[in-house]
Amino acid sequence: MLFPHPKSHSRPHRVVVTGAGIVTALGLGCRLNAEGFRAGRPAFRPVTLFDVSRQRAKIAAEVELPPELPPTKLSANTTRRLDRATRMLLLAAHEAWTQAGWEPAENLPVVLGTTSGEMVLGEKFLQQAIQAPLLKKRQATRVMHYQVQQQGLNLCSAFGFQGPLTSISNACASGANAIGHAWEMLRQGRAEKVLAGGYDTLCQLTFAGFDSLQALSTTPCRPFDAQRDGLTLGEGAAILTLETLDHARARSAEILGEIIGYGTATDTHHLTQPHPEGKAALAAMTAACASAKISPGEIDYINAHGTATPHNDASEAAAINRWAGDGAKDLRVSSTKSVSGHLLGAAGAAEAVICLLALRGQWLPPQASITTPDPVCRFKILGAPTDAKIETALSNSFGFGGANATLIFRRWS
Amino acid sequence: MVVNRIFVHGLGAVSPAGWGVASLQAALTKGDPIPTQSLVRPGWEKPLCIRNVPSPETRPAFFAHSRLRRASDITLHTVAAALEALGDDVVQIQAGDLRLGIIVCTMAGSVTYSRRFFEEVLREPALASPLLFPETVFNAPASHLAAYLNSNGTGYTLVGDDGTFLQGLALAADWLLDDRADGVVVVGAEEMDWVVTEAIRLFKHDAIHSAGAGAIYLRKERPPATVVELAGITDSFSFTQNQSRAEAARKMRAQLPSCGPAELLCMSAQPNPLAAAAENMAWQDWSGRRLAPKSILGEGFTASAAWQCVAASNAIASGQFSAVNVSIVGANQQAIGARFLACGKIV
Repeated sequence: MLFPHPKSHSRPHRVVVTGAGIVTALGLGCRLNAEGFRAGRPAFRPVTLFDVSRQRAKIAAEVELPPELPPTKLSANTTRRLDRATRMLLLAAHEAWTQAGWEPAENLPVVLGTTSGEMVLGEKFLQQAIQAPLLKKRQATRVMHYQVQQQGLNLCSAFGFQGPLTSISNACASGANAIGHAWEMLRQGRAEKVLAGGYDTLCQLTFAGFDSLQALSTTPCRPFDAQRDGLTLGEGAAILTLETLDHARARSAEILGEIIGYGTATDTHHLTQPHPEGKAALAAMTAACASAKISPGEIDYINAHGTATPHNDASEAAAINRWAGDGAKDLRVSSTKSVSGHLLGAAGAAEAVICLLALRGQWLPPQASITTPDPVCRFKILGAPTDAKIETALSNSFGFGGANATLIFRRWS
Repeated sequence: MVVNRIFVHGLGAVSPAGWGVASLQAALTKGDPIPTQSLVRPGWEKPLCIRNVPSPETRPAFFAHSRLRRASDITLHTVAAALEALGDDVVQIQAGDLRLGIIVCTMAGSVTYSRRFFEEVLREPALASPLLFPETVFNAPASHLAAYLNSNGTGYTLVGDDGTFLQGLALAADWLLDDRADGVVVVGAEEMDWVVTEAIRLFKHDAIHSAGAGAIYLRKERPPATVVELAGITDSFSFTQNQSRAEAARKMRAQLPSCGPAELLCMSAQPNPLAAAAENMAWQDWSGRRLAPKSILGEGFTASAAWQCVAASNAIASGQFSAVNVSIVGANQQAIGARFLACGKIV
């Protein structure tokens, strides 16, 4: 039963990561992404997936998908017909699943974050419905497969489990909320293991939407730079296999890292603009630290939301300054969106994987694009590849609608 | 002291029957299908047949709020249903004296603004309206509701088929038991647009698309008046390659009790014949009364699921039934059920 729960624990469980998978424009898998993010190598190029000739911005971080997917329980015919979002999701999940060594199970909760599922199919449906109102060819398939739940169900079928599937759509905080929700399920003893992550693909509607708001930069984005002028979109997927520490130890699983904190808050200032002082961001970071039972001074690295829009970065910087207090000058901060672009619903999940890779490899991801840090930042923006001794990392994800989420990770040793 | 129990503190509804739970209940009591309306489908000679939400008899005051003046119908439905469910607690929430969790569930989301925005993109992307795009995100209704209530607590928007509303109720119970909120309002909301109506007709030609919202306000404390308890939410049984609708429905049904005296079964009764058959088969042993709000109100996805739960709670609150099982065999994701119980009155 989802409620009431059969299990009740007096103390929260510790939650560990035993598998991680990631797909970004840097490539497929943790190895390629670790190399790219460690070097701070931007992955932007001209958009080829749809026509941007009449848009202001013309670049994004597009994923190059392989022609074949790894073998799963889906038939060859089904696999051939899979949409782009599901393909990214399966690639990321396969990497995490293989690393974790999980077996198919009757019940395995899946929590996914996305802003728009497979919107490319939704666009095709709309375009045909508008431009050829009497033509019904392929419309039913498009309706079925564009919906958010379909990609999650494909994932369940591919790996041979039945869910339950929960899809969270909290704009650009969706991926972080998905992982945070999974963390809470495990922590409270409502599950022993959960597959969680996020995904989003580039599509014309979203690209044109951000462009209409003049939120896209015409050049590669420069988070926290004084001259920043907007974000650059990306696409991708990232999946984590999460388990209680007891469960992971019982099966002698290799542990990649620990999630120790999660906090959320809603910014009611404006639908698309954060409060100038970052009140909700501050509340989310504070709540995450409280749940982790650590102080800001114990955080070694912040993977900022850092979209590179003037409003977001100023607001987030104000929040970090207040949250860290006098310790801000010692904080090391970067936004990996300067490399992968903004992955929207996948951002929080991808940045969780980046934090885990950094903690394991003891390096800090730089943002090569920064030339003049915004003076509002009292903290250090990492501009060059850096090796460092780090124990904890904090990741911020904020979205339209005022959805704010913060995750905290600890190195496993 | 009550521990690990969750109670219904308020109900809200916006439906083709009108604005408010009373309108919904009157329509369900009457039992006649709500008259249909026509919806123009550009490019078609014949209009589509729908059941939309009528205009409110008097303009709700919240329509004038700065965040809601340009908001989509799904947002207005969400806010209206939530405010009705929250009742007098709105004052405490707005004053910051009550930590509210907000969970909005939807399947199609803000489809009208999405369609309008994409039509503009197809015409001339450089001129597409920046006012429309932000309203297209799934969590816009939850955001506007939070802004109206001045609530900065946790808010999730869950996307999925009808059953997602019950997942939302279970999540609300978790938040309450984990002390993440003092109260949680769960809303299922959809809006009317020819795009969705046409999409439904691709699968069932005579299905009647409807729109609106339903809301349930949950808290841990027993309410002072009539007590309706959320007694349980079954597991969510997904429709996957290895689990058919029928199998999922059977497993859902197995987690809910058999029919006792004075019990009601509130069914989803999908227009899709496969889903309807699976649900009917799963409940073939049920000997008690049955209610299917969708047969009266139309296909409203997560809003329909919310209306089922509102009807279930009302059936108990009115003293007609001591328990109600809610059965949902969703459009394309899951079979999931809920049980509401009467807990007697506090003297």
